[in-house]
Amino acid sequence: MARPKIPRKSTTIDMTAMCDVAFLLLSFFILTTKFKPSEAVTVTTPSSVASKVAPEKDVILISITKDGKAFISMDDESKREQILNTLNVTNKMNWSDADMQSIAKLEFFGTPLAQLKQQTAIPKDQQNDKSLPGIPVLDTLNNQMFDWMRAAASVYAGTTMNLLVKGDNDSQFPAFKNVMTAFKKNELFKFQMVTNPESVPEGTSLWNSNLRGGPKTEE
Amino acid sequence: MAEMDTSSGGGHKKGPGVKKSKKLSTRVDLTPMVDLGFLLITFFIFTTTMSSPTAMKLFMPKDADNPEDQNKAKESGALTIMLGKDNNVFYYEGILDPAGANFKSSNFKEIRDVIINKKKTTNPEDFVVVIKPNEESKYKNVIDILDEMAINEVKRYAMVDIAESENQLVKVSEGGAPAAPAAN
Repeated sequence: MARPKIPRKSTTIDMTAMCDVAFLLLSFFILTTKFKPSEAVTVTTPSSVASKVAPEKDVILISITKDGKAFISMDDESKREQILNTLNVTNKMNWSDADMQSIAKLEFFGTPLAQLKQQTAIPKDQQNDKSLPGIPVLDTLNNQMFDWMRAAASVYAGTTMNLLVKGDNDSQFPAFKNVMTAFKKNELFKFQMVTNPESVPEGTSLWNSNLRGGPKTEE
Repeated sequence: MAEMDTSSGGGHKKGPGVKKSKKLSTRVDLTPMVDLGFLLITFFIFTTTMSSPTAMKLFMPKDADNPEDQNKAKESGALTIMLGKDNNVFYYEGILDPAGANFKSSNFKEIRDVIINKKKTTNPEDFVVVIKPNEESKYKNVIDILDEMAINEVKRYAMVDIAESENQLVKVSEGGAPAAPAAN
């Protein structure tokens, strides 16, 4: 009796479908990736175990470079104008409307108040932490961060404001301390520090309570 | 799908001297291409999720103008940590001895054990850590020590300006102590 012959099947699989899927996913990831915009103020942040992602809305970001220069930037444009308006009045800057408009277009502020007009004259690609003097904070008598924070506190009164401090690893403590003093004097007691994520060391009490899913200590 | 019809149409017979050209398959092996695709996908997945910065929260107390209104920390439960230059850490428990006998030197690796020990041996109600960075300490040191508070779940801590006598002690000790390497 002859056995029916089983036809030998080829073991190669059609890869076309898999290739399609791979490249579809690839193009999705490429398109959704936000590349970090090259920052004018270069700051290397320290790392911490904090696991909350830094907020991106209603942000007032104060960067401290390693030379102790402070820079301030904010995302909301109308609030930015209001803050400048307030500063214009309280500090008697005598900015004209045209000045105000050009100053409000700046992405960040990195000069003493009196020189803000000069910052607008510098081309955008040359505005960085090397060319600009920074907001004076190290001098306790002329801590202009106080004026900025006073204006910000009055403009943001009643709405959420996320104060972020982004300090460089190697910046000296007094700069940070004076920024904190400026917050405190304006009764802004809540702020956040931008850090890089870091894993919690094993065996510590935070590690244990994370395992238990216990109460978070950050809040 | 990725094939073209290569079979000759009409079955037209060529002359005896003409050789029939061999049929070549147009099917391409896509395996390396799939490999490459997935390699790039993994690359993008890893680079997107890792770079989001985190923020640690800090609530500051209001400065009491009147010294009598200030919170008094029980000296038995207090641990004072001072930060100096070159990642040096100093600490003492309770009140600083005038001669500096309980003034001890440490670094960022060992300070965790100091905090854990102190936390274990004191009443949780009285336990408070006082952080005093001096003007030569770096921002990173301050963040590291605040992080240490989070890691060890210290509920009460305060950042206070360093007293002149303590700063002197820190500077004297730094003169002798070799520079400690950074913790992380």
